[in-house]
Amino acid sequence: MKKVPVWLWQIGLLLAIFALWHVLTVPGFIPPLFFDNENKASFFFGEPLKIFKVIFVWFTEGEIYVHLWVTLQETALAFIIGTLLGLVVGLWLGLSNTASAILDPYIKAMNAMPRVILAPIFMVWFGLGIWSKVALGVTLVFFIVFFNVYQGVKEVSPVVLNNARMLGANASQLLRYVYLPSATSWVFSSLHTSVGMAFVGAVVGEYLGSAKGVGYLIHQAEGSFDINTVFAGILVLTLFALLLDYVVTVAENRLLKWRPQQAETETT
Amino acid sequence: MIPALSLDRITVTFSGKSGGPGYCAVKDTTLSIADGEFVSVVGPTGCGKSTLLNIGAGLLKASGGVVRVFGEPLVGLNAQAGYMFQAESLMPWRSALDNVTAGLQFRGVSATLAAQQGEEWLERVGLAGFGNRYPHELSGGMRKRCALAQVLILDPKIMLMDEPFSALDIQTRQMMENELLELWSANKKSVLFITHDLEEAISLSDRVIVLAAGPATHPIGEFRIDLPRPRDVAEIRMTPHFLELHEKIWHAMKAEVLKGYAQTRNKVVA
Repeated sequence: MKKVPVWLWQIGLLLAIFALWHVLTVPGFIPPLFFDNENKASFFFGEPLKIFKVIFVWFTEGEIYVHLWVTLQETALAFIIGTLLGLVVGLWLGLSNTASAILDPYIKAMNAMPRVILAPIFMVWFGLGIWSKVALGVTLVFFIVFFNVYQGVKEVSPVVLNNARMLGANASQLLRYVYLPSATSWVFSSLHTSVGMAFVGAVVGEYLGSAKGVGYLIHQAEGSFDINTVFAGILVLTLFALLLDYVVTVAENRLLKWRPQQAETETT
Repeated sequence: MIPALSLDRITVTFSGKSGGPGYCAVKDTTLSIADGEFVSVVGPTGCGKSTLLNIGAGLLKASGGVVRVFGEPLVGLNAQAGYMFQAESLMPWRSALDNVTAGLQFRGVSATLAAQQGEEWLERVGLAGFGNRYPHELSGGMRKRCALAQVLILDPKIMLMDEPFSALDIQTRQMMENELLELWSANKKSVLFITHDLEEAISLSDRVIVLAAGPATHPIGEFRIDLPRPRDVAEIRMTPHFLELHEKIWHAMKAEVLKGYAQTRNKVVA
């Protein structure tokens, strides 16, 4: 008997979830289990078919594109700016013991602070356009990348480092050829988390105040109790978050091909 | 003749934690290596052999004494020396070829010229065709060869080797030792070779220096190895003269080894 491939199981599970959702929410399909009224389940949880219809209309009539574009722009900008800042500051503090000793309590304090409450302040500073959302996303992404780069620099093998020094590497060559590549593997493990965080920053920012973006769409629909549209927005966001994560994985596999893989035997 | 490397009354004391008494690893040690000479330093485990090597490399600053390289006092890193480490020292994110050519790259040699020399050196250490492999794709012995090529490509006048083959199995090890001797005899460099293996020391060297057990280690004996060259490290171990030398040096070492052993045992008990 041939083994069923994993992706088939994954698709099957997805279909099963939607089927269960459908069965439990469509009015009159089964008698209400929990609610006193057969329409209530649909009111609270939406109906998959109606949600798909909303998504279909969004994409065919093109209403979604402008919002999606704004959200993706905010996410990408937050991701890139946050990662670069985290990389630079992480390398700096990782290499300078004095700076890291002085700044340590500040970094801890800023990291412990619930940064989502900064959103209203960023709106005052940067307005209702994309930059207030980018700023929020940057504060979320920065710390994840920063801590990973810092750790990566601290854990460079001292033997590899001394070897490079004995081979004649100067300070900038050590940074470029030893610290950076060594930190890269740490950075990539953080990028999966941080791409999600950039997304969170963008959507939460839009939700709190904007005129465009998927978060704005969700906020609008919520205002009119249009639960199907809310779920449609969530599904679209999830799909694009997956897509961004996939892009990171592809980049990771290209840049980190030197890492040992789990299984390396070839069977013919 | 000016020695290639000389350590003159070197003392190394590591500062203790929070103002406690420091640990004196090396005390008042004087040794020198002539140009083209192969010198081994043996001693019980943990006696400060590697510390001595790091002093010679300039990776560590001595608390007292002077290091001279071809007569000049050493400041900073020893640019005349190549260092082969005991632990894995290859950059795991670089292919074997890129690892071998790293030193040339740091010196600003053009990429094509570096790659060409790198391929030559890979071939010389028996790694032809493995240039595009990453370190984790090579065996332990192949990684050591790669590390050897990485150091030798820069043609250092002095080679510092810190138990470079201790992690290898005995067959691979003897093969590597023979290869090392062959490469060394082709273009005589001064070698300071650290090992805890007396047989390895005798079969490779012109001279063997025995260190006392730590702390405050210092040389307690020096033996000239007048075995004929070229040598085969596996075969020479069977000759009567080798056994004679072995017994003589072991006799000098034995007390120190037992002392070192007792110390580590006491540490565990206490």
